[in-house]
This record gives sequence, C-alpha cells and structure tokens, in this order.
Amino acid sequence: MSELLQFLFSGVTVGAVYALVALGFTIIYNASDVVNFAQGEFVMLGGMITWFAHQAGIPLPVAAFLAISITAAIGVAMNKLAIEPARGAPIVSLIIITIGASIFLQGAAQLVFDKQIHDFPAFSGDAPIRVGGATILPQSLWVIGGALAVFVGLWIFFTRTLLGRAVLATSNNRLAAQLVGINTNFVMTLSFALSAGIGALAGVLATPITLTAYNVGIAFALKGFAGAMLGGMGNPKGALVGGFLIGLIEALTAGYLSSQYKDAAAFVVILLVLFVRPQGLFGRKSTDRV
Amino acid sequence: MLEVEGLRSRYGRIEVLHGVDLKVSQGEIVTVVGANGAGKTTLLRCLSGVQPVSGGRISFQGQPLTGVPAWKRPARGLTQSPEGRQIFGNLTVEENLRLGAWNFKDERVGKDMEDAFQMFPILREKRNLAAGGLSGGQQQMLAMARALMGRPACLLLDEPSMGLAPIIVQQIFDVVESLRGRGVTVLLVEQNAFGALRIADRGYVMENGRIAMQGAAAELIADPRIREAYLGI
Repeated sequence: MSELLQFLFSGVTVGAVYALVALGFTIIYNASDVVNFAQGEFVMLGGMITWFAHQAGIPLPVAAFLAISITAAIGVAMNKLAIEPARGAPIVSLIIITIGASIFLQGAAQLVFDKQIHDFPAFSGDAPIRVGGATILPQSLWVIGGALAVFVGLWIFFTRTLLGRAVLATSNNRLAAQLVGINTNFVMTLSFALSAGIGALAGVLATPITLTAYNVGIAFALKGFAGAMLGGMGNPKGALVGGFLIGLIEALTAGYLSSQYKDAAAFVVILLVLFVRPQGLFGRKSTDRV
Repeated sequence: MLEVEGLRSRYGRIEVLHGVDLKVSQGEIVTVVGANGAGKTTLLRCLSGVQPVSGGRISFQGQPLTGVPAWKRPARGLTQSPEGRQIFGNLTVEENLRLGAWNFKDERVGKDMEDAFQMFPILREKRNLAAGGLSGGQQQMLAMARALMGRPACLLLDEPSMGLAPIIVQQIFDVVESLRGRGVTVLLVEQNAFGALRIADRGYVMENGRIAMQGAAAELIADPRIREAYLGI
C-alpha cells in the first residue's frame, strides 16, 4: 500500500511538470492552431538559465525571475523570426518550423552553456515529508502548486477576460478578429510570451528534482504533448488532467512493470487517444455549420 | 465620408481592381452590384485593410487610410460584416457580440447589445450557444450585429443575402434599410442586385474590376441594360 502511495506521489510530481508543459501548448494552440514542439526547450531554458545565473552568484529567486523573463523574450523572438514570416503557410509547415526552432534552441543552449547535467537547490530544503508510509519532497509540492496556480490563472484568462476571448477569436478566425479591431500580431506575441514563460516556470520548479541539461527539452515536449492530446488540445482543464494522468501512468508503469517501459507509456497513450477518442477527454468535436 | 480614387489591387501578378472610383456620403446607403468575380469583395477587403492596395487612394472622413493597419480601422468608424459571415464559431453568440465592441469598455456596450437583440430577437434566444451551431441566416444576423457593435460611422456589408431563404433575405434587407434611421452610412455589396438597389440611394455596377455604370438606384433599376444583365427581367 505504501508502495502504491509512493508511486502515486512521484507520478503526481512529474505529472505536474507535464501539465505545465501541456498548458503551454494550450495557449499557442488556442491563438494559432499551431502545436509548438519547441515548448520543451522553454522548460530546458528555464532550468539552464536559472542554474547559470545562480552559479554566477545571483540569488535563486532573482535567477528564476530572470530565466522566466529571458525565456519569454526568446518565445517572442521565435514568433517574430520564425512563425510570423511564414504566416499563411499550412499549419503542418508551421509545426515543422517549431521542430526546427526546437533543434536550434537545443544547439544554442549546448554552445552558450555546456553539455553537463546541472541543478540548483530546492526552494524549501530536501527533508522528505512522510505521509502514510510514503514520502514526498517539499519541491514536489512547489511543482504541484505551480501547475494548479497556472491552470487557475489560464482558466480565468480564457473564460473571464475579453483579452482571453480575443486570443480564442484570433485562432478561430484571424480575418474576422482583425475586422473587429483585434491586433492579431499582438495576440500572437502575447501567446508566445505566456507559453514560453510558463514553460520556463516548469523548468525552474522541476530542476531541483529532475535535473536539467541542454537536451532535456524533447522528452518534456513529447510527454506534455501526450498530456495535451489526452486531455483535449486547447482546453486548459484537459491539459491539467492530461498532464497529471500521463505522469501517473508513467510512474505506475515504472513501478509495476519496469522502468524500461516508462517512456513508452506516453506514446502508447497518444496512439490510444488517436484511435479511440481523437478529440481527447475534454475536447469538443468541431461543429461549425456552413 | 468615404472616397475611393483609382483603386488598384492584385492577387499575386493578376490585377483584379483596375482603378475603381467610388464615393459614399454621410447617411447614404450605397450599393455595389455585379456578377460573381467582378471584384466587389476585393474592393471591401481593400477598404478594411486586409487586402494589399497596389495603387490609388482611399480616404475616410477626410483622412487617408493608406498605411492604417486593418485592426485600427474599426476604431476610426469603419467596420465590416464580411462575405461568408466569418463568425467566431467556437465562441458563444454573446461573446461574438462582445468582441464586436472590442474597442469599447463603457456602459454603452450593454445597451448596444440590447439593441442588437431587439434587431434580431433570435440572437437573444441563442445568446449562450456556440455561434458555430447557428443556421446560415442566424450567422448572417450575428455577423451584422457584431459589425454594428463596433459603432460604425460607415458599415461595409458584403453579400448579406448570399445563400439565404427569401424570407430571411427580406428581413436582412429591412434591417439594412433601418440603419438609415440610426445614422449609419452603409456600403452594401450584393449579387442580388434587385434587392440591393431597392433599398439603396445610389448604386454602382462593377464589371471585371471596373465601375461600369453608376447612378441613382431608382434610375439603375429602370435602366434596360441593367434589367437585362442583372435583374433577369
């Protein structure tokens, strides 16, 4: 029993990271229908920049803030330099561009930083908290709290604010959005800044547990993508639930089957979702009448 | 209010507007009629700034619109209900209307929405439903109401009757005519020449990217050439 609880704890922790990545996917997808496969690199940048700034003597909270801001700026630059010039291209081309951007960011990180594995201290110490025969790290609570806070923030943004609806309107019909006076370029800039910032936050929160290196991004992107697909692309609630579920499935697979199959779990889920329920758990089938 | 001189526009290498001159005065309903492919929609796209202009000039309320991005034009008083309705299908009817008033945050937004519901009562019934599930006629009403939420001085209307049942077309044209009383100037583009000319003050006939004929709407309706070519009488 305590064994199961331990697996659940580790599943929820890693699931919270995937949920944050999936939430990042949600914003850009909602604004542009593009699945941004560079989302994982934002997580990597959040961890790496924080590590770099911290070992250079900058206090951890400041280093984390710097990392999130710089990564948000990189997200905006990626939109301006890679996505915006290709406007009007088919969605598949744009998605391939994001894969290219992902490879570029990974290479740049390898040059600017190094190829080593890094971490920085946990925010509230390393003393495990005992719960019912299992233990959970204080940093896990930070990650879970971060995922929940970002979810609530995004949910309010998309359902309660006019700007959030403008983001949805832009993805639904860019022409009509311009015709009512929405600056669609600004909406795209904002989406990339938010997405990249949330990705970097995931990296900042997770690195004390998962460690970071220039090449950790792809795994985060694929697992976060699996979470977003499972929950229903574009739906913040789906991203949150999907991310946590992927983490749990992964931890239980590692615990009860073999840790060698751990990474396969996410991909089996993607396949199942595509076969059985392509719109995901919370996704709506599109029902436009013409 | 709206002046267009020598307007040219192209899609790639193919020029589709070969120098269009057109004028709309305050309070008028002006219609541009013509066959499919004559360039009517391109003309409206140029006016809204979503189609590049390759020559000529557009001025609105005495100010040139050249270089003004599309998203800044509604705030100047120029809104469009586009061809094919282009509603936000994944948002509710009410959210569509609210976004129509994107530039405004005052109490008048609520009042304007009330006006829209009075103009098209079916929209009130469906206010909380996804706009994508509305019928074609209801979507057309929503597109017009959304454009009116932007408090236009001049409303550009592209093919509001397209693909709709005659009874709905009549209702739409009645609403367009009623805009005269609200102080909204209207530029109406239509293939349904008879319906459009009946409610308009003046009309232009467009053929192959040029203005082929113009005049008072009543004269155009009576003109034998128009009757033969466009009215099928």
